[in-house]
Amino acid sequence: MENPILKTEHLTFSYPTEDAPKVILDGVDLEIQAGAFVAVLGHNGSGKSTLAKHMNAILLPSGGKVYVSGIDTADEERLLDIRRTVGMVFQNPDNQIVANVVEEDCAFGPENLGVPPDEIRTQVDAALRAVGMYHLRDHAPHLLSGGQKQRIAIAGVLAMKPRCVVLDEPTAMLDPIGRREVLETVKKLNVENEVTVVLITHHMDEAAQAGRVIVMSDGKIVADGAPRDIFPQVEMLRSVGLAPPETVELMYELRKEGLDLPLDALSDEECAQALYTLLSR
Amino acid sequence: MIHLEPIVQTEKLSHVYSPGTPFQHAALVDVDFRAYPGELLGIIGHTGSGKSTLIQHLNGLLKPTSGRVLVEGQDIWESKAATRQARFRVGLVFQYPEYQLFEETCYKDISFGPKNMGLDEAEVDRRVREAAAFVGLPDSVLDQSPFELSGGQKRRVAIAGVIAMEPAVLILDEPTAGLDPVGVEQIMSNIHDYHEAKNASIIVISHSMEEMARRVDRLVVVNDGRIPLEGTPREVFAHGSELEEMGLGVPRMTRVFHRLNALGAEVDPSVYTIAQAKEAVLDALKRKGGV
Repeated sequence: MENPILKTEHLTFSYPTEDAPKVILDGVDLEIQAGAFVAVLGHNGSGKSTLAKHMNAILLPSGGKVYVSGIDTADEERLLDIRRTVGMVFQNPDNQIVANVVEEDCAFGPENLGVPPDEIRTQVDAALRAVGMYHLRDHAPHLLSGGQKQRIAIAGVLAMKPRCVVLDEPTAMLDPIGRREVLETVKKLNVENEVTVVLITHHMDEAAQAGRVIVMSDGKIVADGAPRDIFPQVEMLRSVGLAPPETVELMYELRKEGLDLPLDALSDEECAQALYTLLSR
Repeated sequence: MIHLEPIVQTEKLSHVYSPGTPFQHAALVDVDFRAYPGELLGIIGHTGSGKSTLIQHLNGLLKPTSGRVLVEGQDIWESKAATRQARFRVGLVFQYPEYQLFEETCYKDISFGPKNMGLDEAEVDRRVREAAAFVGLPDSVLDQSPFELSGGQKRRVAIAGVIAMEPAVLILDEPTAGLDPVGVEQIMSNIHDYHEAKNASIIVISHSMEEMARRVDRLVVVNDGRIPLEGTPREVFAHGSELEEMGLGVPRMTRVFHRLNALGAEVDPSVYTIAQAKEAVLDALKRKGGV
């Protein structure tokens, strides 16, 4: 069987402080298969961003191992291969844009990888088309909306043809329209371009669209499963400082009143249908 | 509340960016905005709607192209003293305010505003400690560098810096962006405490309709530099399709109940919180049982 595209073994990470070292990741064992769409949830300080930064060797483990397509991320000789395999998108679009023209920004990555110019042209065009920004390729990024800037940042990563993209709260600074644009783009990459996606987020409704949800708390994985298995666990989510989707919360509240309703109403439609069935009984 | 005099208002406020250049853009057009004493007001609008331009006029950071801004009945551009006064009476917390911290210690950072107001040392000290308490910062943090703190704590320091000026109107632009549900709850309850203790007016900008639905008394919708809708959350969220067209949408519970209504269930479609939704379902069941 093929290696998982991402794998951690007893991964620990800690910062030295004046007193005892501060443990951020505390023994994380995780395997992500190629082609998956995985959401990672957790409160601020749960370790989810630190975990993300281990996925392309921005950080190296204090203990344990991280493998990208079977390559140990601590192997400095293979750093370029690791970074080519896993691309990273961060929270603030303004911090990730380096050029004055959209397509030049997008070409920054492949240029640095030493890709021949005509291939860069093809890769940049393909990447901008994939995120729906090709028509704005000669625009100035700073005049675009947050959602558009974030899609350029994603295109910049795609132009390096990674097999996996890790996005660390890419929608946190965006308005609802921007959030929708970015999430649609991410889903399309996963389905159409077969890119493995790891999405770090606070938004339950975004995580609900992934195939697999991982919940982190205090540097550990506390739950791992399909959205339909994870979100009905209302008490568990609350205990780690997260809130279930509002539709699930309504079902939970009504069940407390003794009503027979399913807890896994993840979409508006499922929630409305379940209530309709109850009311027309 | 309507019979009260507004604490902040604009009269036919217009603002044009880069006039006379190819980038000329009218961000606000003849806006009459009012906020009343002691209310918790929400402003919603998509990126580029003009809402940030509007709030930057309320304490004189931007000067109107035309129209007036009144704080406690006084035109803030009438004299230098009036402008200065407006900056103290109306406190503005920007988006991601933690990036604006600059001092060596949290104490110094929070005291920057009150010191500029010319207050004596004892009063500055009282205000710093009180503001820190409002945002839930322990005394021990005051001597620390703000740069050693977590993101959530940094944001509290930044908010405390504005609260320490004891503004009659506190405006916050997306105070909970990027925080987890617990962080959101803490910051909003800190703001609420200040609101109650000082009877201050609070104006909050947020993209989260659910958050707005839960907390505000009144909502103002900004779109294309105008205010097409304002009222209680129930009144505003009743305009679901118009809000959708403005790129805003309605709270999730409202969407679910509109759908439920369309399916043929007899429920009140104007609910917007989980508590109201629960009530509406239980009511509908009771009515059914009673027939």
